[in-house]
Amino acid sequence: MSLSARMISFRHLDAAPAGDRSARARLAIALLVAALVVVAAISTATGASDASVLGVIKGWFHPSEEAALSARDRLIVYEIRLPRVALGILVGAALAVSGALMQGLFRNPLADPGIVGVSAGASLGAITVIVLGGTVLGPFVGLFGIYALPLAAFIGGLVTTLLLYRVATRQGQTSIATMLLAGIALAALAMALSGILIYMADDRQLRDLTFWQLGSLGGATWSKIGSAGPIIVLALASSSFLARGLNALALGEASARHLGIPVQRMKNTAILAVAAATGAAVAVSGGIGFVGIVVPHLLRLVIGPDHRYLLPAAALLGASLLLLADAVSRTVVAPAELPIGIVTAVFGAPFFLWVLLRRRGILDL
Amino acid sequence: MIEARNVTVSLGRARILSGVDFTAEPGRVTAIVGPNGSGKSTLVKALSGDLPYGGSITFNGRELAQMKPVEAAASRAVLPQAVALSFPYTVREVVRLGLMGGRSGALAGQDEHLPERALAKVDLSGFAGRFYQELSGGEQQRVQLARVLCQVWAPVLEGRPRYLILDEPVSSLDIKHQLLVMKIAREFAARGGGVVAVLHDLNLTAAFAEHVLVMRRGTRAAAGAPDAVMQDALLSEVFDCPLKVGAVPAGATPFVLPQAVPVV
Ligand SMILES: Nc1ncnc2c1ncn2[C@@H]1O[C@H](COP(=O)(O)OP(=O)(O)OP(=O)(O)O)[C@@H](O)[C@H]1O
Ligand SMILES: [Mg+2]
Repeated sequence: MSLSARMISFRHLDAAPAGDRSARARLAIALLVAALVVVAAISTATGASDASVLGVIKGWFHPSEEAALSARDRLIVYEIRLPRVALGILVGAALAVSGALMQGLFRNPLADPGIVGVSAGASLGAITVIVLGGTVLGPFVGLFGIYALPLAAFIGGLVTTLLLYRVATRQGQTSIATMLLAGIALAALAMALSGILIYMADDRQLRDLTFWQLGSLGGATWSKIGSAGPIIVLALASSSFLARGLNALALGEASARHLGIPVQRMKNTAILAVAAATGAAVAVSGGIGFVGIVVPHLLRLVIGPDHRYLLPAAALLGASLLLLADAVSRTVVAPAELPIGIVTAVFGAPFFLWVLLRRRGILDL
Repeated sequence: MIEARNVTVSLGRARILSGVDFTAEPGRVTAIVGPNGSGKSTLVKALSGDLPYGGSITFNGRELAQMKPVEAAASRAVLPQAVALSFPYTVREVVRLGLMGGRSGALAGQDEHLPERALAKVDLSGFAGRFYQELSGGEQQRVQLARVLCQVWAPVLEGRPRYLILDEPVSSLDIKHQLLVMKIAREFAARGGGVVAVLHDLNLTAAFAEHVLVMRRGTRAAAGAPDAVMQDALLSEVFDCPLKVGAVPAGATPFVLPQAVPVV
């Protein structure tokens, strides 16, 4: 391409009408796709063992060379690293998109499944199945198999979201203070009930639970991905139908309806999508917090709040950031592993406080 | 045509509107006037589909209660009194929301320029890149008007009757922009659209409305052309305040003056 042609294409970007950030948003999404590919490739190439991805790839073309070694490397790459990367992408996208959806639904940039108790509700659902799956809930687990855990987490998340919405929203207006306080109460209740279940758990269940609750992508398997992946993909896909409605909802419920949005149906879909994505993510990776608040907030600063771009961008950035957090969790205390939930909290909690400080004037506390 | 027959609205146990009849025809500006609490906003909300109502409200012959949100959005746009945005949208992004609904009538290809044209119309050229949340109250109100114009302007230009429902569209505007907004309403009507506007300023009403509905305690006190309803006795009684209607020269636009300012 000639230089002048490139200048024109740049000028085209500049010539976007004032206040139109869609060209910038599309560019950002393209960059985020590239970033995710790079981060995923690096994540696949690095790990505790010295298994070489290059060796595995070479093995595709020269199957005979060093068959034994490449078989071991293949096992590590296919059965340990790739599932972990895939799970990280799914969970990161699910958490970030749930946050963005919830913020749009509550018309409030501080809403996040982790902060307002939805994750705690989902955890309660998951813990119930882990502890009681062998006894009282045997039939439920028998019926749904590998889907029992994400399904239970989904139900827990759904109940919490519905309760929260009923408490915090009056005539379509959400009070920030009521929402945060109701979230504290719901999370406390869910954690208390979880505590009772944990008290009933046996030693083996207890070990599983403790590690799981802190949040981890370790122990990722293709079967976990098979159980949570479809639910997350479905939730993400349905969120794309919500984008226009959430944009209109920023004007308030009445104005959204005046613009032709079936508001009640849209809100129900959004609540289901949040509960499904959060539930599935919690079921396979435990309590990974703050992704849903950090990612949409950063993106709004760059591309604006238009949900047609914010939702896909959040999925991409959420996936990349979670893979990076996972890399940190694997390396800081190597050869041991830090639970990834600790890493996201260390970065995310101060970020949340910063957002809160900046908005203090607007808070109706 | 918007036709409301025997419209009744109850909120909780209180009956707010009882038996209101009302017509708004395309091609004219219909003003709703009346004292505070007389039910103007309630009537406008019923017309907008925000409240359950008894009786009948039809848009071009179709019953409002039976219309889906998209269908209603294709026939009318509603300007709310004030809009607090929950996220930092730019002015252009807000105005563009008006194009999301029934795009049936949007002139293909010109879509992308409609926000700029609508902003120019409300005297906000150069504001497209500003953040809505950082505008003054009157500027925000005009941005909302631009958004609402985007929703129904193109279909009207194509000859399809559409309606603008405006609740106190000039409440936070300076005098120049009050006149501008009323002129836009007139232009919209002249192109074949219908305008329903709640107004407090009786002189603006007299100058710009072709039809006036006077509300009193949830009922219709009078309806008709401005010079028919702008009568000393009626207005003084409805507004509970001695008023004098004049016209200089006789036959020109009537104006309203308070007779004596009540001292409290
Ligand atoms: N949610 C509600 N519940 C009970 N009564 C209400 C409710 N909303 C409004 N009202 C009452 O209905 C009556 C009409 O209210 P409305 O808002 O329609 O008046 P208005 O004519 O628009 O007044 P204004 O000029 O002050 O805007 C008032 O007496 C008001 O107190
Ligand atoms: Mg009113």
